[in-house]
Amino acid sequence: MGYERQQDFGTPEVKSDEMVSLTIDGRDVTVPAGTSVMRAAAEIGGSIPKLCATDNMKAFGSCRLCLVEIEGARGTPASCTTPVMPGMKVQTQTPRLEKLRKGVMELYISDHPLDCLTCSANNDCELQDTAAQVGLRDVRYGYEGANHLGEATDTSNPYFDFDPSKCIACSRCVRACDEVQGTFALTIDGRGFASKVSAGQTGDNFLSSECVSCGACVQACPTATLQEKSVKAIGKPERAVVTTCAYCGVGCTFRAEMRGEQLVRMIPWKDGKANRGHSCVKGRFAYGYANHKDRILNPMIRESIDQPWREVSWEEAISYTADKIKKIKAESGARALGGITSSRCTNEETFLVQKLIRAGFGSNNTDTCARVCHSPTGYGLSQTFGTSAGTQDFDSVMDSDVIMVIGANPTDAHPVFGSRMKRRLRQGAKLIVIDPRRTDLVRSPHIAADYHLALKPGTNVAVMTSLAHVVVTEGLADEAFIRERCDWDEYQDWAAFVSNEKNSPEFLEAVTGVPAEVVRGAARLFATGGNGAIYYGLGVTEHSQGSSTVMGIANLAMATGNIGRRGVGVNPLRGQNNVQGSCDMGSFPHELSGYRHVSDPAVRKLFEDDWGVTLDPEPGLRIPNMFDAAIDGTFRVLYVQGEDILQSDPDTKHVSAGLGAMDLVIVQDLFLNETANYAHVFLPGSTFLEKDGTFTNAERRIQPVRKVMDPANGYGDWEVTQLLANAIGLDWNYTHPSQILDEIARLTPTFTGVSWDRLEREGSLQWPVNEKFPDGAPIMHVDGFVRGKGRFVVTEYIPTDERSGPRFPLLLTTGRILSQYNVGAQTRRTGNTAWHAEDVLEMHPTDAENRGLKTDDWAKLASRSGDTTLRVLVTDRVAPGVVYTTFHHPTTQANVVTTDNSDWATNCPEYKVTAVQITPSNGPTEWQREYTELSERSRRIAEVEPAE
Amino acid sequence: MSEEHHADTGARLRRMADQIANNLRARGHEEAVEETAEHIWKFWDPRMKAKIFADDLSQLTPIAREAIERIRRNAQDKDQALEEFNSVGETGHCDAG
Repeated sequence: MGYERQQDFGTPEVKSDEMVSLTIDGRDVTVPAGTSVMRAAAEIGGSIPKLCATDNMKAFGSCRLCLVEIEGARGTPASCTTPVMPGMKVQTQTPRLEKLRKGVMELYISDHPLDCLTCSANNDCELQDTAAQVGLRDVRYGYEGANHLGEATDTSNPYFDFDPSKCIACSRCVRACDEVQGTFALTIDGRGFASKVSAGQTGDNFLSSECVSCGACVQACPTATLQEKSVKAIGKPERAVVTTCAYCGVGCTFRAEMRGEQLVRMIPWKDGKANRGHSCVKGRFAYGYANHKDRILNPMIRESIDQPWREVSWEEAISYTADKIKKIKAESGARALGGITSSRCTNEETFLVQKLIRAGFGSNNTDTCARVCHSPTGYGLSQTFGTSAGTQDFDSVMDSDVIMVIGANPTDAHPVFGSRMKRRLRQGAKLIVIDPRRTDLVRSPHIAADYHLALKPGTNVAVMTSLAHVVVTEGLADEAFIRERCDWDEYQDWAAFVSNEKNSPEFLEAVTGVPAEVVRGAARLFATGGNGAIYYGLGVTEHSQGSSTVMGIANLAMATGNIGRRGVGVNPLRGQNNVQGSCDMGSFPHELSGYRHVSDPAVRKLFEDDWGVTLDPEPGLRIPNMFDAAIDGTFRVLYVQGEDILQSDPDTKHVSAGLGAMDLVIVQDLFLNETANYAHVFLPGSTFLEKDGTFTNAERRIQPVRKVMDPANGYGDWEVTQLLANAIGLDWNYTHPSQILDEIARLTPTFTGVSWDRLEREGSLQWPVNEKFPDGAPIMHVDGFVRGKGRFVVTEYIPTDERSGPRFPLLLTTGRILSQYNVGAQTRRTGNTAWHAEDVLEMHPTDAENRGLKTDDWAKLASRSGDTTLRVLVTDRVAPGVVYTTFHHPTTQANVVTTDNSDWATNCPEYKVTAVQITPSNGPTEWQREYTELSERSRRIAEVEPAE
Repeated sequence: MSEEHHADTGARLRRMADQIANNLRARGHEEAVEETAEHIWKFWDPRMKAKIFADDLSQLTPIAREAIERIRRNAQDKDQALEEFNSVGETGHCDAG
């Protein structure tokens, strides 16, 4: 499409069953009751001048430009704050209105720079457009009076500037920060002529303030006051392509605004159903990694990992790799080969990697990063409900009355959804937070958790069981729902189990650390407070009883009747942009696409007939077992696409031992990551900007990813996999990812109705999309559970083996922050390092004081697995006895410390509970120094001799 | 961490089997044995199964031991088919040209 700004209707859409008809400038229009006159005019193509109104925020009525005349009404009301009435007759353009508007514009322009021709917003400025719209020709006041033209620009933020000399004090930015983002970082300081936008306290600039750089204020600004630095540098975009973010599982859709093949900026797409026109700092601004100097664009090979890399042609790299694969397979059999699909690549690319492994290598040794995050979700919800995914869409939260957040920090890890949740909370929904840390949700502007269950790490199942105890023993269970929708016998067995006194809040208080009355209050609120929704994250799954906790959550939701309609449900906050899709595509070693076990002959036949091969009927290796098998000498080849297991997986020394034991490690990625230290082949990957395909977000929403520029490395990731497949003897002939999507639809019952054409028309689809759900299923289990009857599963609390003791008296838990993403491969190569240049260790003041540590001191963090060193941040956000860090920087080596404990059902690592000791340190540990040396040696690239 | 730790995959498998069994024991002995057996059969790679089949099962908890014995009995019938599959030298069984 050519470049046009997204239409702005002026005030938010209103939903109502009652419709109102009126006339605007002689034209009839019918809109829902509650709609503003401004929006009604926009719906029929009218355009009332405005500056303070915009359609993702409540009407403000300050600019006085949108005045209209209404027959029978006095004065000239603002159309943004005037709701439509039946039979209303409105005029939007009269001599009186013209005069008033010109007068208002004169005042604005009298204190505004007249540098349009050199301004970065030239030809893309609402102030400029509005001045033209009202017919402004001169400013009678002149320009000699007091003004703000000399105000200094705040350039502190890495992505946008704030130039107060151009500000018209419309308050859009302040309101965006309040209503859209919910951070409340901005305010209008002063009154009258002295009014100015202020970020935080006196002396703060944008960077030092609480601003989270979501960009909502920049998007809202009608002038160049808040302006992207990229627009200043490059110029106005000339076209826009809608695509999907490659960061987290919210799956925000953006307009990639381009100038030629250069990306100028990312603007949230208003029609995006996952993000509704909002974004976070990562999706909106942190795309610079795509052309970072670290990016590798040429294939490289080496015989052994102690040699420097040698750049080669694609032909040589693929041929070398294929020859090695065939040789090792002939020596050791198909089960010596395997791969890891990417949760950052598209559905189509993931599907091809598992197809390559199954049809090409001949084994089921395929796995995905969901292993280390939400594999317990797949297991637990499959056991209880019959599907391996969340039950609601994101919009559902706006109908929730009680929101329970367990082991998740959405304001940091799913920021756009976090903002939506906070909006609902500000409207009055109640909040229960179950987390060892005082996350932002517990207490932030206008939000306070009604209950914060600050449990000891590792006691999730005990807390869930004690909540269930209250629900059952106090008669709060929804028996009608359970009798109709669940297996009644299983419910009774489960109810008898949770009713036992040993599962009461009082008995378990000593285990969980949560006062009994807090548990009882939370349980009563959830069971009786109306629509109850549960949102959870890795604080649930990354435990030795992760799957049990997921089943405990499902039990609670069923017991209280909170399934199958809007405002309720069980909602796993999937981390990565396409981890849901990766699981859907058959990345797990025991399942083909659509979660069907490989041992099922009918399912295998479907694939075998389509692919022309015979498939292994036995489950393959999970990622941690791949390392075990490699050490045993029976697993020799690993193809890793878009994952950095050496940095992200636990027990780093075990991972490196496993990788080091393999004969052929093929890494396909954008950068030489930590895993590449052990690689023999490096195949350069492509970014989300450089390919077509689809991602599936945490709400099962399949959304298009669109190519906006040619891949700098020469191929989309799917094309690389096809080259490799054909080199080992397969015969793939895909020319576009839409053909792969057609194959997925052919072979996967939940994707039957999905196609590229349909996504082009409809924007997105939420699976299942098939005969039963022809238009997709925003809410699942409406009439019944997918498995038939919901299953209550008894979940006994089994304490983790990981206990604190005299040698390791503290418990370490890990998490994410807003500005960096996972291993930081992308975000560390952007301006986001301004906020988080290193991982730090959060310690309670008591624990720090006992060790003689203060903020910024170096501290050694040691566990039974290993040790590392990082700087301390003393804070009371963590409870005494608990410490917390992130894992965004490879130099931290946080996973040297984490153990090999894992979830009993899925081997999801127990990242959230590691017994540690902390002592003062002088700097990096010996392991960190050795690793840094290894890393530098491994990244050497042999210089190419110049041709003669 | 010692090399022995990284090398002792047999110990890991025993730990995994016991962990599964412990988490299912609340369902009653027979059901726990059945579900432990099913879980291992569905999710463990053949060499993991082979390794634990050959292991000293007396080191396992009773539920895990019974479960392994059960699937070991069932697996013996399927061994022949698995060996034939894994010995293939060409790319899968693909008959593409």
